[in-house]
Amino acid sequence: MAVLKMQRICICALKKDRKHILELLQRCGVIELNDVLQEDGVFRKTDVFAAVNGFEKNIALGKSALEILEVYSKEEKSKLSVLNGREEVPAQEYDEFQIRHDEMVHASKHVYDLEKKIAEGKAEILKQKTQIEVLSPWVTLDIPLLFKGTKETAAFIGVLPGEWTLERIYGQLADLDPVNVDIISTSVEQTCIFVLCTKEKESSVSDELRAAGFSYPSIAGSKSPAEMIRDLENHMAVTEKSIQEAMDEIRKYAARREEFKFFTDYETMRLEKYGVLSGLLQSNSVFVLTGYIPQEEAEGLAEKLNERFTLHIEFEDPDEEEDVPVKLKNNGFSAPLIGTVESFSLPGKNEVDPTMVMSLFYYVLFGLMLSDAGYGLIMTAGCGWALIRYKDRLEDSMRNALKMFLFCGISTVFWGVMFGSYFGDLVDIVSETFFGQKVTIPALWFLPINEPMRMLVFSMALGCIHLLTGLGMKLYQCYKQKDFKGMLYDVIFWDLLLISCILMLLSMEVFVNTVNLSFILPSSVSRVAGVVALISAAGITATNGRESKNPFKRFLKGLYALYGITGYLSDVISYSRLLALGLATGVICSVINKMAAMTAGIPLGAVVFTVIVVAGHALNIAINALGAYVHATRLQYVEFFGKFYEGGGRKFNPFGVHTKYYKFKETMKNG
Amino acid sequence: MDKLGIVFALTGAVLAALMSGVGSAKGVGMGGEAAAGVITEDPSKFGKVLILQLLPGTQGIYGLLIAFITLSQIGVLGGDSNMSLAKGLLYLAACLPMAIVGYGSAIAQARASVASISVVAKKPEQFGKAMIFPAMVETYAILALLISILAITGIGGINI
Repeated sequence: MAVLKMQRICICALKKDRKHILELLQRCGVIELNDVLQEDGVFRKTDVFAAVNGFEKNIALGKSALEILEVYSKEEKSKLSVLNGREEVPAQEYDEFQIRHDEMVHASKHVYDLEKKIAEGKAEILKQKTQIEVLSPWVTLDIPLLFKGTKETAAFIGVLPGEWTLERIYGQLADLDPVNVDIISTSVEQTCIFVLCTKEKESSVSDELRAAGFSYPSIAGSKSPAEMIRDLENHMAVTEKSIQEAMDEIRKYAARREEFKFFTDYETMRLEKYGVLSGLLQSNSVFVLTGYIPQEEAEGLAEKLNERFTLHIEFEDPDEEEDVPVKLKNNGFSAPLIGTVESFSLPGKNEVDPTMVMSLFYYVLFGLMLSDAGYGLIMTAGCGWALIRYKDRLEDSMRNALKMFLFCGISTVFWGVMFGSYFGDLVDIVSETFFGQKVTIPALWFLPINEPMRMLVFSMALGCIHLLTGLGMKLYQCYKQKDFKGMLYDVIFWDLLLISCILMLLSMEVFVNTVNLSFILPSSVSRVAGVVALISAAGITATNGRESKNPFKRFLKGLYALYGITGYLSDVISYSRLLALGLATGVICSVINKMAAMTAGIPLGAVVFTVIVVAGHALNIAINALGAYVHATRLQYVEFFGKFYEGGGRKFNPFGVHTKYYKFKETMKNG
Repeated sequence: MDKLGIVFALTGAVLAALMSGVGSAKGVGMGGEAAAGVITEDPSKFGKVLILQLLPGTQGIYGLLIAFITLSQIGVLGGDSNMSLAKGLLYLAACLPMAIVGYGSAIAQARASVASISVVAKKPEQFGKAMIFPAMVETYAILALLISILAITGIGGINI
């Protein structure tokens, strides 16, 4: 349980080793770089814009190639693939990839071009299909659509809107004999016609036809329509074949999917490396690198670097005012909750790492809210199985999540046994419905549904412990910061006030009767507690406004701080959610079990019973685990952290490998 | 008139499930609309927005809980369902906190959830904080639940 101590690191090395040093640092992933040094006459920064641009382009290419491969040949993934982390790749393989790099750029481009070809081909086919559609009414015409007539005759090939009969067209052209009209095809929308007349009547026929709404077809060609359709169809077949070929070719690349992934990762790593490179100060033959490193990694890294390269490393402690990044380290029990602390805020300057204490309460509170031995067992078994089965493959984040739910599950089993809940009252129901004899597993402690008041008191008592622990953390923090005034004024006074208030409550007959306690404190305790409470209240009033100089203002501020006692009241009441959520789990369990038991009489009752029980409890476990998770987090963030923790630290963000498909890691001592 | 006790008691039980259920249904619906919007942009946020969507759903469960406890107390699920008018009215009153606060808080919580979903859309790393805002509203549903439970379990012992 600690915030790792950071050191400033400064490496000065030869430029010829630059690539290898950077790659080693990247794989170690223990240094956060910050370029504090200024450029001068000798040391300059390099411009890496062109290179970075190239990497970004290649990453985009690789990604689109992978997406295209996914479209034409789906990658088979098992349901549990999320548990299968990234594969680890040795440094050697990374170095060897360099030779194949250009080929992969080419291959990615090729896949991209093939996809483009397919898209274009598809557009082409669509166009040709429309043309065929336009031509199809003309298919019986055996001369080209462009035919304008012979030496003595003029021809009109085109369409009239609507449905026309031969007589009607002849009627339209009655005065213009000799004329020949053929109807090629007719439909409700249009009538395709071929009109032949003598040359001298051409313009009058044209006028008459136009009056009737005649227009030339939207498509023209020097071949007959039937021939044109045949040509188009041939063309379509060719295009379709080339599409098919392109698809096949893409599918061939599917076997090399892993290489594309590797390529994308390779370029992602180089991009990050060049981002760092742009911040390096370089002279003609050396470069300087500065940053932060956790102290415990410092020695190992120095050893590793000195072993392989000629260079100079310096470590020094950061100054007081420096904005040092924060990294938390915890043992296996608490480590899963680092993420939860991080998502609130990392500890600021001089703050302690709350993870260890928080994790303990977190597991307890979660278990209390879910509080069913059966559910806990399912969680524990599921997470435990995944942790063992995928021991070496799990990603860190997934492993932490699983571990967290494993511990939550264990705590749930514990509370479930205490409160006698095994899938609710499933044991009772099954034994009564199917075996005719009711068997009950008795609660080790008590049944909350029968004694809600007792459970409520227990919840609030646990809340008091949680809150007092929070104040204890504040005490420790003040001690560490050597703020001894704060220890007395902000913590001890409050502690005394709260504890004496609780003691006074416990000696009041009304209170003890309401909550059914079996004991009552003697009135002498109450009298002493009353005096202590008064003194501490006076102390709080006198001191909690101490940052104001004006005595009147200071008194008012102190009074206002004392008013904060209502905050403690609401904090304690807030823990009643332990009772509410615990009961919610139990009652829904019994609703499900009761519903299932109703089916016992019907034929195939046992099967229906099982289906209802399995589906119902699966739903219940999901809903209530979610509730327990949310509210356990809330109790930590609002009630617990509110007492001592402010946060505001900046996360340690090391120069490392942030790839999607493969792991490239140099094993560090603690890595 | 004496027979009316059970009528009021059952009305209370039904109201608790009914109003909280309607509130939660509306709330989860609002959350769902917002969540669906986020998914069109970034399907990878599904897990996070789903949790936020479900938060206003708990009131419905609490309502069910109260209804169920009441039903088993008043003997509708088997047992003796004879009770005085006064007792029936007591059960009705005991169910009201859950019914009314459940309805109101589910909708208020849904508004907070929708806002938190838009937080996650823009800053997914702030999920932990975004989750707390709707959870704050839930406190009041829990307080109402608490009073309803204590009242209902207490009524059994009163002799009227």
